Parts: sequence; C-alpha cells; structure tokens
Amino acid sequence: MSTKLVQKLDRVVIRFAGDSGDGMQLTGDRFTSQTALLGNDLSTLPNFPAEIRAPQGTLPGVSSFQLHFADHHVLTPGDRPDVLVAMNPAALKANLRDLPRGATVIINTDEFTKRNLAKVGYAASPLEDGSLESYHVHPVALTSITVDALAAYTDLTRKEKERAKNMFALGLLSWLYTRPLEGTEGFLKAKFASRPAILDANLAALHAGFHYGETTEDFSVSYEVAPAPMEAGTYRNITGNVSLSLGLVAAAHRAKLPLFLGTYPITPATDILHTLAGLKRYGVVTFQAEDEIAGVGSALGASFAGALGVTSTSGPGLALKAETIGLAVSLELPLIVIDIQRGGPSTGLPTKTEQADLLQALFGRNGESPVAVVAPATPADCFDMAVEAVRIATVYRTPVLILSDGYLANGSEPWRLPRTSELPDLTVEFATEPNDVTADGEPVFHPFKRDPQTLARPWAIPGTPGLEHRIGGIEKADITGNISYDPDNHDKMTRLRQAKISGIADTIPPLAVDDPTGDAELLVLGWGSTYGPTAAGVRLARALGTSVAHAHLRHLNPFPANTGEVLRRYRRVIVPEMNLGQLAMLLRAEFLVDIQSHTAVRGLPFQASEIADVIAQAVRPSVAESMKEMAK
Amino acid sequence: MSITDLGIPTNGSPVIGHPLSGVGHVPPLSEGEKLSKKDFTSDQEVRWCPGCGDYAILAAVQGFLPELGIKRENMVFVSGIGCSSRFPYYLDTYGMHSIHGRAPAIATGIASARDDLSVWVVTGDGDALSIGGNHLIHALRRNINLKILLFNNEIYGLTKGQYSPTSRKGQVTKSSPFGSLDTPFNPVSLALGAEATFVARTLDSDRQHLSSVLRAAAEHRGSAFVEIYQNCPIFNDGVFDVLKDRTEAEGRIFYLNDGQEVVAGPEDDQRVVVRDDQGVMTVVPRTAADPARIVVHDESAESPAGAFALSRLDSPELSTVPMGIFRNVSRPSYDDLLREQVAAARTGEITDADIDALLGGKDTWTVSGSV
Repeated sequence: MSTKLVQKLDRVVIRFAGDSGDGMQLTGDRFTSQTALLGNDLSTLPNFPAEIRAPQGTLPGVSSFQLHFADHHVLTPGDRPDVLVAMNPAALKANLRDLPRGATVIINTDEFTKRNLAKVGYAASPLEDGSLESYHVHPVALTSITVDALAAYTDLTRKEKERAKNMFALGLLSWLYTRPLEGTEGFLKAKFASRPAILDANLAALHAGFHYGETTEDFSVSYEVAPAPMEAGTYRNITGNVSLSLGLVAAAHRAKLPLFLGTYPITPATDILHTLAGLKRYGVVTFQAEDEIAGVGSALGASFAGALGVTSTSGPGLALKAETIGLAVSLELPLIVIDIQRGGPSTGLPTKTEQADLLQALFGRNGESPVAVVAPATPADCFDMAVEAVRIATVYRTPVLILSDGYLANGSEPWRLPRTSELPDLTVEFATEPNDVTADGEPVFHPFKRDPQTLARPWAIPGTPGLEHRIGGIEKADITGNISYDPDNHDKMTRLRQAKISGIADTIPPLAVDDPTGDAELLVLGWGSTYGPTAAGVRLARALGTSVAHAHLRHLNPFPANTGEVLRRYRRVIVPEMNLGQLAMLLRAEFLVDIQSHTAVRGLPFQASEIADVIAQAVRPSVAESMKEMAK
Repeated sequence: MSITDLGIPTNGSPVIGHPLSGVGHVPPLSEGEKLSKKDFTSDQEVRWCPGCGDYAILAAVQGFLPELGIKRENMVFVSGIGCSSRFPYYLDTYGMHSIHGRAPAIATGIASARDDLSVWVVTGDGDALSIGGNHLIHALRRNINLKILLFNNEIYGLTKGQYSPTSRKGQVTKSSPFGSLDTPFNPVSLALGAEATFVARTLDSDRQHLSSVLRAAAEHRGSAFVEIYQNCPIFNDGVFDVLKDRTEAEGRIFYLNDGQEVVAGPEDDQRVVVRDDQGVMTVVPRTAADPARIVVHDESAESPAGAFALSRLDSPELSTVPMGIFRNVSRPSYDDLLREQVAAARTGEITDADIDALLGGKDTWTVSGSV
C-alpha cells in the first residue's frame, strides 16, 4: 500500500527523449492517449530526426515527444518541459537547455557509460559532476531493472528484454501522474496479439515501472491533474494528418462522391496515405503513383471521371505538381492538393515544421493561375478545413490547396467529434443535359458556360450522353470551350478565372477578431499552425495587463472579405509566421497597410513566451508615447 | 493465355459484357442503335500539316470506333502535348488534351475511377518516351486498362524539328546539326521490358492493318501499347517510305500472325526469321533455313523473350520490320484488382452512422454537462 503524498497540479509539460530506436514516439503516444481518456486538455509535439536509425547514442539520433496536459484549455505543447525523461546521454544533452531550473529529470543511468558519454562530448558524467544541481534528478537504472523484471521470460533474448524499457518508463510516468494503464494494456494486446511472449514482457515491464514508482523511495510524491472543463460531447485525441484524412472521407461522403487519393510517399504527408489506404470499406481508393506528378495527374483524371480527386505531398512534391495544378486551373475541375509543409528549400528539414510554402501555393505556377488556399489552425481543425476545401473545390470547380505543416500533421489534441449529419450538405450536381442553344436554336452543351453566381462551369462526366466534350490546357473560348488564341478572349478568360477565385470570399466567414477589452491598438494576426502559440502568447500578454487583439486567417486565398477593414482598425499589426514574412508581404501588397513581421524558421513552432515578448516589445513604445502625451 | 484460351468468343469484334474484354464493362449500344464515322467526327477544324500521317490515323480511328458497339459517351481520349496530342479535339467523344508526357498518369486516374469507360491515350515519341517515359512504363507494368497509341515519327514536330528519343543515331536536325548522339529507344522493346501485356506495331498508311491492330487492342483487358509509324511531311518526311512502297515493303515487313511462320518477301524469294540456341533471332533466306529453327509466332507465349527477340530485328535501314501484335497475354489489370479490393472491403451503403463510427475511432471519452 502506498502511503505517498499525492499533489494536485494544474498543468504539466513532459518530454520523453531517447534514441530514435528507443520507442519514444510510441511511449509519448500512449501516455497521451491515457491522458486524453482522463479528460485533461492536451497538446503534443513529436520531434524526430529524418534518419530512421541515426547512429545509436548520437545527438542527431535523438527523438523526442513533448506533451502538455492541464486541467484547463491548452493551446500549445508547452514552451519548457517540467519533466524530462532522458533515455541516454545524447537525449539529456540535446534537451537539457530547454528545461527551466527546478525541472524534474528522470535519467536512464544504464546508458551513461564512458563510451556513450564520449559519443556526445561529455568529459565527465553529468550525473556526477554537479552540472545537474539545479534540477530534481531521478537516476533510474531503467534498462537493467527492466531486464531483471523480465528474468522469468527465458525465451526472450537480453536485447528483446531491453527493448521493453520504454514500457517501464511509461509505467513509471503513469504512476507519477496517476494515469490508468488499461488503455495501454489494450493497445499492447492488439499490437502483439500474434507474439504472446513479447506481449507478456511488455505488460510486465509496464507494470514493473508502475510498481517501481510506488515502492522506491526516490519518488516521494505523485501528482494528479484534474480533467479540464470541456464542452459536452464525445472526444478523441487526434493528430492533424489523421484528422485531415477523416475530413476528406466525411466530406466525400457528404458530397456523395467517391474519394480518390493519388499520391507519392513524402515526409511528413505520408500518414495521410497510410490512413486512407485502410479505408477501402468506405469506398476510398488510394493509388501510390510512380512519382508526385503521376499522383496529382491520376487525381485530376479521377476528378474528370467524376470522383473527388485528392493528392497529398510536402513542399518538394508541390513543386513537381505545379504544372498539373495549372492544368486543373485551366480545366476548372475540382482537385484537392494537400501540402504538409516542412523546412525548405530543396530537401530542407523533412521532419521539421515550417510555413514557407505559402507563396508557392499561391503563385508557384506559370501564367495567371489562381487557386483557393486554406490553412488549418490546429490538428483538430484539419478536419474542418478538409471539409471546407472540398466545399470550395466542388462548388467552384477549382483546385484547392490545403496548407498544413509538420507541427499540425504529427501534433495532437483532443477533438470533439462532430455529427456527420450536421456537416454541410456538399451534394454535387453533375451536368446531365445541354445548357445552351446554338444560333439555329439547337440544344447544345457548352462546357465553359458558367454559373452566373459562382462563375463555376458545369461538371459533365464521361458516360453522360449528349455532353461529349473536349477540354485541355490550351486557352479555351469563353462559353464553348473550343481552342481559342483570340487576344481579347484570353484576357477575358484570365479575368474570369481570377474573378471566380476572388468570389469565393462571398461564401467564407468574415475574419473574427478576439479583442475582449475593445480598446486594443495592437492586432496579432496569425495563419495556419501558429494559432496555438499565438493565442497562448496573447493570453500571456493579457495576463500581464496588455490590451491586444488577436485574429487568425484560415483562408489565405481569397482572404475573408473584411480582412482589409480589420487590419486598418488597428494602429499596429504583428504577423508571426514560420517563414521570412510571406503573409506579411501579401497583406502589405493587397491592403497597403504596414505590417510588423515576426519570423523564425527553426523547424519548431513558436513558443507562447516568444509571442508574448514580441507583443510586449510592440506595446512598450506606445505606452511610452502616451506617457509623453500626458506629460504635455 | 490468350483471350481465345479464356473462352471468349471472337468473331472479329471486341466482346462487350465479358469481364476479360477491354470493353467488358462498358455499356453497349442499345438494340438497333448504330454509330458511324460521322458520329465520331467533332465540329473542330483539323489543323495538322497537309500530308501528315495523323490524318490517316484519325480517319482509321473514326472509322473503327463504331465497330466497338459501345456507347460513344463512354469513350475517353486523353493526350499529352505534341502534334498527335491534338487528336482528342477531332473526335466527338469525351476527351482531354493534357500536359506534356502526363496522359498515362491522368488516364490511370480515369480508368481507376470508372470501369465503364473505354480509355485511350494518344501520344507521340517525344511525349511518351522522353518527358513522359516514367508514366508510360509504370502504366504498362501495372497493366491499367488503357489503350496507348504512340504515333512515332522519330522527330519533334510541334517544336519544329528537333531529334526525338526514337530519331536515328547521327540524324541531322535543327538541334543536332552535327548529327544526333543519342541511342534511340526501340519502343516495342521498351514496352516489353516494362511488362506490357499487349504490344503491337502498325503503319499509319495501312488502314486495314491499323484497324485490325486497334480492334485487338480494344479487346485486350489491361494496357495495350500500339506503336504507329507515322510520317511527318515537314521535319522528317519519307522516313518510313520504304515501308509504303509496295515492292520495297514486301521484302521488309514481317507480318506477325499468331501461329504462323514469321516471313517476308515474294513466294519465290522468301526470307524467314530463325532462332538460334540462345534465342537470338536472325533473318535468312528460306532456302538456307533449318526448318526446325524457323520462328512460328506465338503472341500469347508466357515469356516475353520471343517477342523481344523479334523487336531486336529492327535496324535503322528498316530492312527487317516486324509488324503486328508482338505480345498479347492476359494478366489482371491494376484497376480491376483495385476495384476488387474495394468491393471486398465494402459491406454496403455507407451511412452517416458509419462515418460517425469511423470518426470516433477506438479511444473516445465523453464529457457530460456543458461548461
């Protein structure tokens, strides 16, 4: 019976860090799942190298998973971990500088051998040289205790036993933060159903870790974090890529269209292919093409044939797909293009996040080639923006780019499940009969005769008698769609295609501004995945008494109709983005307003404190100025 | 296995309704309904150069399509970029003139999304073998139910006369004034190497042969690759002339007829194809041939080695030109297998409740009372 103290906390940030072969992502995922089931609000940040197995024990091989959970609404994975689990010296060295003084560090001492210390340049063991004095250090011989705990499993090799050490660590942390183990037990049973010996060893290691916490004197206190108040409903924890995939399936269902994904594997977008490939039951077709171009080409072909064509990629793949997206602009067919942005240029930082494809998304094609661009704000919002992208694509018969990024793709948060029946009705009406008459009064089908409201052209799919028509990338005559090299016609068609995309603004919600005091002179405007850190930074600034307004763009092309009006309402506008100022450039160009651009391209999301600092810097001069005014 | 082995009745026209026919799932014309060449002629003015071989191919295709007995609205022609790629504009079916080299990829999406369409790709030697080479080989290996017509004129026409991947070595063109350095592709060898299940060659000006090859291609379920020698009167005129002159052609063209010896020339001066112990094929006068070594064409042979050896008889001088169906074997098409997987996974109409369950996944929790 444990007689240990239980202390209540309102929030905790934990980072699991180890070698890329140590199973840290899995450990983090499981801890997250347990935490979600307990009803805490949470946000996660996986961070892993591009190499599948970098040399063992080295700094480039460190993989980590950060989780922020709380008894209140959480917006980010947390700036600085309260607890670091370091499975080896490399994990300690790579992460220590992110810890505040007083943080808890749980260290797997078994890995602190001379050789491993030398690999990362430790002359002496940090466990012994006093360099960890400012932290609460819990040295635990994780590997050897795990192996000892599994002594009874004589069929397993030492290596196999060692591999269960992540489950031991998970068990220990589960005790420390009073997380139930049932969910993970069920998960392991499903994962290792066909390998009973491995299953038993993992379960034993998990429980051994839990009991270790209970019995060892090294841990005198365990913690509880109460559930966060959340809107009533059923929740699950979800990553951005899964949420995006499910959004597409739900939207295709609401549109009554078969979903066709043509794609090529690329980090960090591949999970979309993995998720959708398993959903054949829902009529989802996935095609792993020979390259990025064939991925989008097949998707466009599927759209021509009457399916909902989707392609998924990251920045380098978007570059390759550009010509086909241009064809889709010219053909005016629905097409969903997903770009899970990562660090660039070129191969860049495949597993790290960035927002530097915004201008590529808007302009990365030859000719005047406008497409709609949307950007989800959070992992759960990926679902809503997938549905919105399908709405725009089908109503306006246009390619729509969804700009997510590595942070949203792999990060997770609780998601209140929507009801499918309450999603928008996206039913598509294909053309079934002639839509015009010839000069002689004969009924005729004109593939480029537009809907006067939306400027969308009819979608007439093969198999429809009487509507046989040819379309292509050569400029088409207005209305008839026949090849036309006429100068005035090209000017007209170019303007029509632009007007169609601009007109989407009529059906998107206005830009909402969160300005609780109503007297803010400063607006912080974010887009895409900066939502969490920006909102959290604004929250911090307000807690310090600063009046600051916050707005967030999820539609990047076109912008919501009131965007210019909102921007002009504030004396100063700060736009934080993970690029060198791409949205700022667009806003300045379109609305002739001054924008203060705050940028960073470190492959990691902003920290809330960083945004709060930027806000503080920005308001101080105005405070100083108004004091000067008063002095007069 | 050939189509015949599978028990499909062949009366010269493709079989509608049979799952192993290329047009097996395409709706047939209604009782008494008949289409003519005119029905397949669009209202667009044909804009190829006078004397272009494409005119003959267009006429042959427009003339042959009515024979398929399937609905016109269920035919789709997809092309890339190049002179030949204007083809879809002149056919009154559904059509897409796409971008350079990508037609097989786009057509793959169309064929995968719909089994009730007869999907054709029209391409050229530059479009299919240079910029689009990757898509071509992958469409062939997957055996997507597409009919790919490669108009080979051994030159870039639309960009006005540069050497192409099938131009002969040393050919002087605008971009190779000192002679082309490239070793050309042999399109038939390439297609066979890419695991194509149907590979044929024909000639623009031989309407009858062209139509019979197109018929067989339409009947084939899976990718059918047809190389059509086509004259470019402006930038590579007369490159196939020796095959169009009756006397010259007689000794050069080796028609491939299933089950028959591969021979050319007049009765009294025949040349035959013989195979050595290594499988290499050569051409010798019949009088000098060991009868046991004379090649009897077997288009449905499981190994592509024989078809490949035949394709290697080609020479820049066109002294030996096998013409006809090199290979015609049956292998499940990718798009059929894809539909089978989906059909096997499906359990009925998907309802809102099914989607709700999908969204929920396995780990959910409920928060009651609102805050």
